[in-house]
Amino acid sequence: MPKLTVDGIEVEVPQGATVLQACEAAGKEIPRFCYHERLSIAGNCRMCLVEVKPGPPKPQASCALPAADGQEVFTESDMTKKAREGVMEFLLINHPLDCPICDQGGECDLQDQALMYGRGTSRYDENKRAVTEKYMGPIIKTVMTRCIHCTRCVRFAEEVAGVEEIGAVGRGENMQITTYLEKTTTSELSGNVIDLCPVGALTSKPYAFRSRPWETVKTNAIDVMDALGSNVVYHARGPQILRVNPRVNDDVNEEWVSDKGRYGPLGLMKRRLDKPYVRQNGKLRAASWEEAFAAIKAGLSGLSGEQIGAIAGDLVDVESMAALKDLVTALGSSRHECRQDGAKIGGEVASPRGGYLFNTGIAPLETADVVLLVGANVRWEAPLVNTRLRKAVRKGGAKVFAIGPEIDLTYAADWIGEELSTLSKLPKAALEALKKAERPAIIVGQGALSRADGAAVLAAAEALANDIGAISGEWNGFNILHTAAARVGGLDLGFTTPGGIEALAGEAAAGKLKALFLHGADELDPVPFKDLFTIYIGHHGDRGVGHADVILPAASFAEKNGTWVNMEGRVQHSFRAVYPPGDAREDWAILRALSDVLGKTLPYDTYEELRDRIAKDWPHLAVPGLSAPSWSALGISGAGAIGADPLRYPIGDYYLTNPVARASEVMQECAEVILRDEHRVLEAAE
Amino acid sequence: MPAATYSSHGHAADMAPEQPDHHAFDGFQWTAESAKKAAAEIAKYPEGRQASAVMALLDIAQRQVGAQTGTQGWLPIPVIEFVSRELLMPYIRVYEVATFYTMYNLVPVGKYHVQLCGTTPCMLRGSDDVMRVLNEKGIYKGQTTPDGLFTLTEVECLGNCATAPMLQINDDNFECLTAEDTARIIDMLAAGEQPQPGPQNGRHSSEPAGGPTTLTAMVEKNHDYRKEWA
Repeated sequence: MPKLTVDGIEVEVPQGATVLQACEAAGKEIPRFCYHERLSIAGNCRMCLVEVKPGPPKPQASCALPAADGQEVFTESDMTKKAREGVMEFLLINHPLDCPICDQGGECDLQDQALMYGRGTSRYDENKRAVTEKYMGPIIKTVMTRCIHCTRCVRFAEEVAGVEEIGAVGRGENMQITTYLEKTTTSELSGNVIDLCPVGALTSKPYAFRSRPWETVKTNAIDVMDALGSNVVYHARGPQILRVNPRVNDDVNEEWVSDKGRYGPLGLMKRRLDKPYVRQNGKLRAASWEEAFAAIKAGLSGLSGEQIGAIAGDLVDVESMAALKDLVTALGSSRHECRQDGAKIGGEVASPRGGYLFNTGIAPLETADVVLLVGANVRWEAPLVNTRLRKAVRKGGAKVFAIGPEIDLTYAADWIGEELSTLSKLPKAALEALKKAERPAIIVGQGALSRADGAAVLAAAEALANDIGAISGEWNGFNILHTAAARVGGLDLGFTTPGGIEALAGEAAAGKLKALFLHGADELDPVPFKDLFTIYIGHHGDRGVGHADVILPAASFAEKNGTWVNMEGRVQHSFRAVYPPGDAREDWAILRALSDVLGKTLPYDTYEELRDRIAKDWPHLAVPGLSAPSWSALGISGAGAIGADPLRYPIGDYYLTNPVARASEVMQECAEVILRDEHRVLEAAE
Repeated sequence: MPAATYSSHGHAADMAPEQPDHHAFDGFQWTAESAKKAAAEIAKYPEGRQASAVMALLDIAQRQVGAQTGTQGWLPIPVIEFVSRELLMPYIRVYEVATFYTMYNLVPVGKYHVQLCGTTPCMLRGSDDVMRVLNEKGIYKGQTTPDGLFTLTEVECLGNCATAPMLQINDDNFECLTAEDTARIIDMLAAGEQPQPGPQNGRHSSEPAGGPTTLTAMVEKNHDYRKEWA
């Protein structure tokens, strides 16, 4: 533990800390461009120069200098000040002074640091260098003349995203940052280089020239594009969400967010349901709320409880689902289901909460030493879980075995077969590695669980976990990888019915089920349910409305306060960033009003009362964060054997997995350009 | 061969050049000889560290392209990608190396790659005269002559300051040049002859031009100076 003084302040820092970190510990701000806590140290921008004694009589790059016992660091001395001014002057030599037309303006490290640490005026009157723009895909806009060659983007692509496509070509004054041959970056995390870029070289293409950072209203929210529950900030102006940026949460998303989380919500302005619709003579027509409610009352009249079903979608919040469950229960039905894909988890399959959670936790997964992926395309299903796995492989030397069709996970994996039955007869090498491991982790994907033999897969995974000792004391290596943000919340609420979606489809075919509430449910096969009296409550005119008889426009995730539970069981609250468009209302309020019309008034008049009601039955959902792990034997019985059907991953198109993302033009273009390699005619002006 | 356009610095590798017709090199493979050399280079490094051989392999590849095209060789994109695959490296990492070092040509060069040093010592000793002669011969900076024989690149110091001015032509240095020497060398090369590399004014190496001025007793035989220093 070296002890050193920074400007006379004595600090003690951990072994291996740098002088820059010591300065921060002493409360001194050190300007920097290339240094970033989550990336390797490059030491090439030289902005963090400080005076250090003992040492050579010249300033030293504090980001790359190990803190040592007895060092004296001066961050405000004349030498330091002069060094910073010099570095800044050199950085500005080739940097265009185009802040007024630069999207980074107002949130630019170079701008801020030039103000704080630079000379007041320029002494440079030679020609500046100019660099051509580089094409990097639909997300990243480049103005490479502004680049100061900090290489943060290069290091991010290599170290975090694991997609080595960005690099620095040429040398010296001719060095330029580019993707290989100006191809599109194929990472699901590429948007993060926009945040990392300390200048305006890499900016957001969809956000270009939209607003200044001080014009937007910022709201803390939870990303619902996957089941990770990334912490994000919605930047909104008026009714529109202009952009989404990540918030730091080391337990969940560190400071990254997937491209879908970043640009999916731009689909909130497209294809919206903004007024109620009622189907008349086979055609949908706009209606008033009263008409819509009356139509529902007429449609449900004469139906007994169990003839009414409800299916919750992948994006809905806990409160909405609780209200829907209460309504359906009040109508006398237990046919409520949230597992649209037919996953055999939770509910009657395996009741303990541990049976459907990512029990290891997202951050602790970094410390796993042997990992077995079972039908999980982690890279697409949860890109930021994949970065944790990649970290485990890169930093901890973890070994990854995988069952499923071979894909590029961005790290080395040992593919041990495509058949799920491999799970119960693992190759010797894999089994021994898992048994020897101190912290083994089994990750079961939805692709393996949503099959007819899903329960057998779950049982086999549990048996294997017990066999290899994956569940012991502090460590629980049994993990379910989710793809739907609403899923764990729905399972927590018991929003399930025996037999799941297949049972509902069977009942519909047999004429036992006559009416169906679709609550933002767009990912299920509509065919078995097409003749039912269908009430769609949701925000996008997507697959779910096709056979709807009544459509009730609801608030999207960004337009309401809500709770989401991520795949590790973390309860997180999200706040309203904008108001729902047109006649759309918050889901719970719609259900409350409808319950009144149906004569089954729900016992809450405000959102707070609804939350109190949830807290009463499900106390853990009222407390943000992780609750105590609840693991017990899953007790799956009569699951049968694992079939020989080929395993398929649940996500066919990473960018278009939900109605909002499908409505987002950026996501559509990403899907075209990155997944299908279809390039639209290049924008001439850009 | 078409005259390739170079950037202002005269170096082919400045930035992602518009490579002329590199598809002729699709499906590039080692010749038996290159494969042997490449394997020997990779074998120099521990297992799993094969990427360390990237510079050697790029050089072998460039020379093979040279042998195939009768020039000094260059690195078309398919060849760079071939080397990447040989070394299990991402394309961009190899591309970065190829664009960083000036000895890798990213556009085709002629049969003779003439590199003229224009750094201060060479300039003071008459590199401008050498450049003038080259221009008189129709060889211009950053261009390949229409007959495909000569490509001229102006380079920074090549370490021959004591025998300035100098030209590096392919793998040979021609030093202590005068205008006449330059003309003679170019004419000989154009005629298919091989001029004698090294200093052109009779010096053996970088010894003083008029013979040794110190340690003169050592010229003929070994001499022990230590007694004289006492």
